[in-house]
Amino acid sequence: MLSETGVSPQCARHRLTVAGLNKRFLLHGQGGVEIDVMRDLSLTLQAGECLVLAGRSGIGKSTLLKMLYGDYRIDQGRIRLHFDDGDLDLETLPAYAWHGLRRDVIGYVSQFLRVVPRVAAVDVVMEPLLARGADEADSRQRAETLLARLNLPERLWQLPPGTFSGGEQQRVNIARGFIGEHPLLLLDEPTASLDAANRDVVIALIGEAKARGTAMLGIFHDEDVRERVADRLLPLDGSLGGLSNASQHCQESLS
Amino acid sequence: MKKPVLERPVLLDVQGITRLYGPAKGCEAIDFQLHAGEVLGIVGESGSGKSTLLRVLAGLEAPDAGQVVYRRQADDAGAEEAELDLYAIGEARRRALLRLEWGLVHQNPRDGLRMGVSAGANIGERLMAQGQRHYGQLRATGQAWMRQVELDPGRIDDAPRTFSGGMQQRLQIARTLVTRPRLVFMDEPTGGLDVSVQARLLDMLRTLVRSLGLSVVLVTHDLAVARLLAHRLLVMRRGQVVETGLTDQILDDPQHAYTQLLVSSVLTP
Repeated sequence: MLSETGVSPQCARHRLTVAGLNKRFLLHGQGGVEIDVMRDLSLTLQAGECLVLAGRSGIGKSTLLKMLYGDYRIDQGRIRLHFDDGDLDLETLPAYAWHGLRRDVIGYVSQFLRVVPRVAAVDVVMEPLLARGADEADSRQRAETLLARLNLPERLWQLPPGTFSGGEQQRVNIARGFIGEHPLLLLDEPTASLDAANRDVVIALIGEAKARGTAMLGIFHDEDVRERVADRLLPLDGSLGGLSNASQHCQESLS
Repeated sequence: MKKPVLERPVLLDVQGITRLYGPAKGCEAIDFQLHAGEVLGIVGESGSGKSTLLRVLAGLEAPDAGQVVYRRQADDAGAEEAELDLYAIGEARRRALLRLEWGLVHQNPRDGLRMGVSAGANIGERLMAQGQRHYGQLRATGQAWMRQVELDPGRIDDAPRTFSGGMQQRLQIARTLVTRPRLVFMDEPTGGLDVSVQARLLDMLRTLVRSLGLSVVLVTHDLAVARLLAHRLLVMRRGQVVETGLTDQILDDPQHAYTQLLVSSVLTP
């Protein structure tokens, strides 16, 4: 059963509270070695706010996003989403419920596009809308509008993105991530392989999402982008720091 | 912002299913629930018992112990709410259930198709079992479904044996889904096909699952297929379930030693 709690006594604009989050990978194949990648991480996030995760490159900032998206299991600690009519605890959410949560509440722009063979770029982008039962023609129109804004050449729209360049794939990924207008959006280096003009488009998209009340949690390498989108920075060297090699090692072993 | 409704009714309730041919051959003490609108993948290597489990779930083989309970919801199509214990309801009712409300897609299309009769007759057969008799309508539905699975409707009178393996598999899927089954079982639906044909079929299955809102139990040894199609996974080894969870979590953060081995053994080109 989904855990039920009362309406949050906190400010109604609160969207997310993370408290005392720990993450440890246990690698059976490596003689049972245990790797701590996260210790006692806490944060809060408001509607319409973009909180940027700060810390050295490679310390495992993506780990937090993956825990929020259900990719990594929540071993210890609490992740709580706040709604107008109550809260939802993700650490106790049954596996079957994640699919609906991702469809309606949590969006994710990953660093790399997971390419599905044979599916055209425009279909990749509109899929989150179709999953909610939206009209196909409307969804297609919105997908094309976004792809045009992100300057993806029209001749590519009907092609599967498998053969696209890194920057082109990333723009498809961004369009897919933003089209659903999820109330909570996780951004993992969405501007990493973009040129200046397209970075500006992404910054504008983030600004529009804030105006809609979207709560965003992001990782941005580019300092200029970070300064333009961040409402607050969350320093993570304390909770993830000193673990860089361990974290990377773990990523490699598990991938 | 309102809290999303994440609860889904349980469609299939599997309790303590055991079917053993010998020690660790078959499946043992399997419990799980399938929720409406969910695609549940059962993964594991050959000999893990996943196909035995599917045969029991799909009504083809009685278990040594345990229950498979189908909880039908009332719907617009006139169905009444019911709770049916698959192996307690008797052979005749079970067969009717399989024919009228469930669907099974075999790995080998030859097991699911009648090879001697036309493509159109293959698609129409399950509809006729449901009482449809109007020839023109059956034919029109057959052609519409051939289009939906990307077969040339002009070949409606051709026998499946004149089709390629990939085409036969798409025809089997059309034959199974034409009656809008409430629950579909798929046994390695892309196994035995060339990779390029597989990709096309996978894309088609994803679209059908979404547009028809299918509830599916899918058996596959291919983790990439599981990632694309399944919302949730059961990992089987030596007849037992060793781990269950959200598909991405099983593949990106596997907990059990065997799942870690399975995931890390996949080659990525």
